[in-house]
Amino acid sequence: MTEPAFIDIDGRQVRLRGDWTIANYAALAPDVARQRSRIADTVDVDLGAVGALDTAGVSLLHDLLGKDRLAALASGESPLPPERRALLQAVAGVIDAAPPAPRVAGYAFGDIMEHAGIGMLAFWRHVIDIAGFIGITLETAFHVMLRPRRWRITSLAANLERTGLDAVPIVALLTFLVGAVVAFLGATVLAGFGASIFTVDLVAFSFLREFGPMLTAIIVAGRTASAFTAQIGSMRANEEIDAIRVGGLNPVELLVVPRVAALLLALPMLSFVAMISGIVGGMLVCALTLEISPTMFLSVLESHVGLRHFFVGIAKAPIFAFLIAVIGCLEGFRVEGSAQSVGEHTTSSVVQSIFIVIVVDAVAALFCMEMGW
Amino acid sequence: MTNVIEVRGVRNQFGRQVVHDGLDLDVRRGEILSVVGGSGTGKSVLLRTIVGLNRPAAGSVSVFGEDLLGLPTARRVAIERRFGVLFQKGALFSSLTVAENVALPLIEHAGLKAGEAARLAALKIALAGLPANAGEKYPAELSGGMIKRAALARALALDPDILFLDEPTAGLDPIGAAAFDELILTLRDALGLTVFMVTHDLDTIYTITDRVAVLAQKRVLVNDRLDVVADFDDAWIREYFHGPRGRAAAQAAPPAQRAPHNLSHGGQA
Repeated sequence: MTEPAFIDIDGRQVRLRGDWTIANYAALAPDVARQRSRIADTVDVDLGAVGALDTAGVSLLHDLLGKDRLAALASGESPLPPERRALLQAVAGVIDAAPPAPRVAGYAFGDIMEHAGIGMLAFWRHVIDIAGFIGITLETAFHVMLRPRRWRITSLAANLERTGLDAVPIVALLTFLVGAVVAFLGATVLAGFGASIFTVDLVAFSFLREFGPMLTAIIVAGRTASAFTAQIGSMRANEEIDAIRVGGLNPVELLVVPRVAALLLALPMLSFVAMISGIVGGMLVCALTLEISPTMFLSVLESHVGLRHFFVGIAKAPIFAFLIAVIGCLEGFRVEGSAQSVGEHTTSSVVQSIFIVIVVDAVAALFCMEMGW
Repeated sequence: MTNVIEVRGVRNQFGRQVVHDGLDLDVRRGEILSVVGGSGTGKSVLLRTIVGLNRPAAGSVSVFGEDLLGLPTARRVAIERRFGVLFQKGALFSSLTVAENVALPLIEHAGLKAGEAARLAALKIALAGLPANAGEKYPAELSGGMIKRAALARALALDPDILFLDEPTAGLDPIGAAAFDELILTLRDALGLTVFMVTHDLDTIYTITDRVAVLAQKRVLVNDRLDVVADFDDAWIREYFHGPRGRAAAQAAPPAQRAPHNLSHGGQA
């Protein structure tokens, strides 16, 4: 379909042939660069044999012939047909206004230092933001708490269903599997000491104190923090948050408080489900491989494991819930108007909430150990 | 004049709702055709059907004399590469700068190197009437009018033969809209484009269109020069062209500009 394009130089005559279009651009560009220096100022240019011509072709002509001759070809005296002159004029009129973007030279060590500095500053600002947002959320929550008429029951119930009820299957399944794995591990290690029966203690302690709340919090951080960020973020990208503000309403009261409240209720319940399901997973492994019957498992559980271990574990759940919900919502509010920004902040909210869950859990473990709980 | 697009007997339906039924439309080479119609008459659906984003339930769409619906994919893609589409909200890729948006089709389809593509992209951005520094901005940093111009630059990237515009002046201020009209006209004359435009803007219709197609009753009611269409005997068309806004636009339009291929507009808008 496309004719190849040529540049013929014959003494003082430059003859251009073929289709000077985008399809031939890649093939012509090196030719043009080579021939440019061979064309003296005085030669005649003949475009009579040029087939199709488009803006990419005119850009090449500009490179080959220079600005002045292109302007001469576009002017009234040239023998070209009017529509071709119009094309040359349109391109010649703007081509000098379009210099190629200058590339900023990089400097590797400086760039790394700069990047590290920017990262540190951003982190510090972020910590301040989170602290500020926690303050705003708590203030609004206390305000709302004293006025039952402003409780948003519908929103709370909907969020409770999405964050709590809908997460039960995945939480139960994953903790069941981890419970089984922990029991296998215990069976392998403890059998060497002839202490297989302590597998029961291992499963019960680990799930009541640590794994139940922490695994749940990590799953919920992946599931719910991302959902909160994406919901609030796309509302922000769509100017809905601004509409809420302009309507004299408080977006924190409308969007954040119900979500935080829902997660505060949902996460302890999910943690409880996780504890039970993990212990059931361990119990199944004990029954199948260690010949510890469920009855025996439960009686050992009852005699060896105090209730306080359950309280130590479940007390962490509301703390995790609050942090996850606040980080999810805050990242949503930090979205800036584009789909990419929603994606970036969703990722960031999941990473941050998992990070903070593990850090808080580690600190809590140390604290409980020192207190002898 | 030859027809570059011929739509014959097209039927579009979504579920039980029939949008088009037995719709015929011709678009001639080098003209600016405006498609008008009330809300919900399927103007955008017609545009999407022609550019291949929507497959009609019946009928044929031929472009450059070839039936798009019956062609093998590779051939069809080759033809669709000769289309430039300006979507209503611009549809610029938000993760790329304006220059990268324009350079993308040049690199992907024309096989240019990044440097060559960047130079051509800068040329298209200037052709679309944007300042040179607009190239390094992201779509989120642009105003509504600049987004339209940037999207036009991307639509023009591969030097298309047919330019599809979906409500190009919607959301622009009157000065910006007039400048955009002028730009379309200049580009049409300079690049020899055929322009298919869905619009509500009566000023655009009166100043730059050669022919108008009116969509109503699930088909093209009339497809002709503006004066013929305006006198067509239909209640909606009378209301549209002879209502207060239509009359004002008719009086404001300079009649000289209505001739097709008016080459007096060599300069930039």
